[in-house]
Amino acid sequence: MKKCYINGTGCVSAQKTVDTAFLEEIVINDTHNVLELALPNYKDFISPVAARRMAKGVKNGIVASAKAIQEAGVQYFDAIITGTGMGCSVDSEKFLKALLDNNEEFLTPTSFIQSTHNTVGAQIALGLQCKAYNFTYVNGAVSFESALIDAKMQLEDEDAHTVLVGGIEESAENTLEFLKMSGAIKATSDVPYKVLGSDTPGVVFSEGATFFVLADTQQETTYAQLTDVAIYNLLEPDEVAAKLKAFLKNNNLTVNDLDAVVLGFNGDVNYDSYYTTLANTLFNTTPQVYYKHLSGEFNTASAFGLWVASNVIKLQHIPQAIKVNNLDRPQYKNILLYNQYRGQDHSFTLISKC
Amino acid sequence: MEALKQELKEKIINILNLEDITPEDVNDNDPLFGDGLGLDSIDALELIVMLDKDYGIKLADPKEGKAIFQSIETMAAYISEKRTK
Repeated sequence: MKKCYINGTGCVSAQKTVDTAFLEEIVINDTHNVLELALPNYKDFISPVAARRMAKGVKNGIVASAKAIQEAGVQYFDAIITGTGMGCSVDSEKFLKALLDNNEEFLTPTSFIQSTHNTVGAQIALGLQCKAYNFTYVNGAVSFESALIDAKMQLEDEDAHTVLVGGIEESAENTLEFLKMSGAIKATSDVPYKVLGSDTPGVVFSEGATFFVLADTQQETTYAQLTDVAIYNLLEPDEVAAKLKAFLKNNNLTVNDLDAVVLGFNGDVNYDSYYTTLANTLFNTTPQVYYKHLSGEFNTASAFGLWVASNVIKLQHIPQAIKVNNLDRPQYKNILLYNQYRGQDHSFTLISKC
Repeated sequence: MEALKQELKEKIINILNLEDITPEDVNDNDPLFGDGLGLDSIDALELIVMLDKDYGIKLADPKEGKAIFQSIETMAAYISEKRTK
């Protein structure tokens, strides 16, 4: 069975992650309940003719994938696999608004065409003229992990040699309002917003696009080996530790073999106990990392987490701004990511130094 | 007629999101498709909907569009003749 290596990454996020070294310019915003993206210069990546029909989510996906492709130096892919929880929300809203405003008449094609969840994967394939396997997973907060599992299986089974995998999320005006009304986004009265030690419900929301070039061969640009990925729909807080130990055992590891854990703390007091329980027990002697104070929360924020973990392994360093505790290791060989959203869509992702 | 042409240029740029193009960049007789503005079949559908919504003109045969959407000049002439609003 072949192995699966992360050979290139690209990330568009609320931080300057396109043209800077790993987290060298961090902005921690604790006054906004929706983080805006640090937008790249789209014209460097997409022609104006192609860009004119694209909403920001599609553009961000193209930029992030282009960066990953550029880094890995790959021209051809055996598969393009994306994950997105909400899909292309901006065009979905535009189409539905036109439907309402015009009494179901005068519907134009562009926003409908661009509104489907697989638009990003399709536009990337069009740009690359890639007619290979193209699939989009829409599985809430494990959309990205579902894409990872698919890619990993194809590489291990030698159905593919090089796969482009990404997680994309796009926030849209009305959707954000609904999330605020439902309490999923923190109330404005809760300022300043904290991710660690928060005592308020809801999260600071955002959007983003993160892509990875995965391949069955190691090369100079390789970050890490993608060792294993597992997803669970529902787990009670007291079930996670046992599942995690079993996951590690399947990979011939124990908690003591982990050099760092990347936890998906998002500041929601109702659900962060999933993380604090592990942090205070199973991982109390393990270096702990968090990242959603930088990226914000969204269905594929865990792709940003994998981008962080990949860089930690490649650079063998954890920046101070993402440390939960002050523990260090002389070497970062095995890193485990654990994420969940509102007690659902749990995922474990294990990466290892090559 | 001149006011209509100006209106059409502004609408086309806005609806089709033609970045970096101003109404002054579009000549009345420039081809809209192909070598001119470079519009394509999806844009044609957008223009058909615009004729219906803004000028009350329903194109029964989409093939008619080829002649109508040749340029701003031909669009303006057709709309002036057929408009119901």
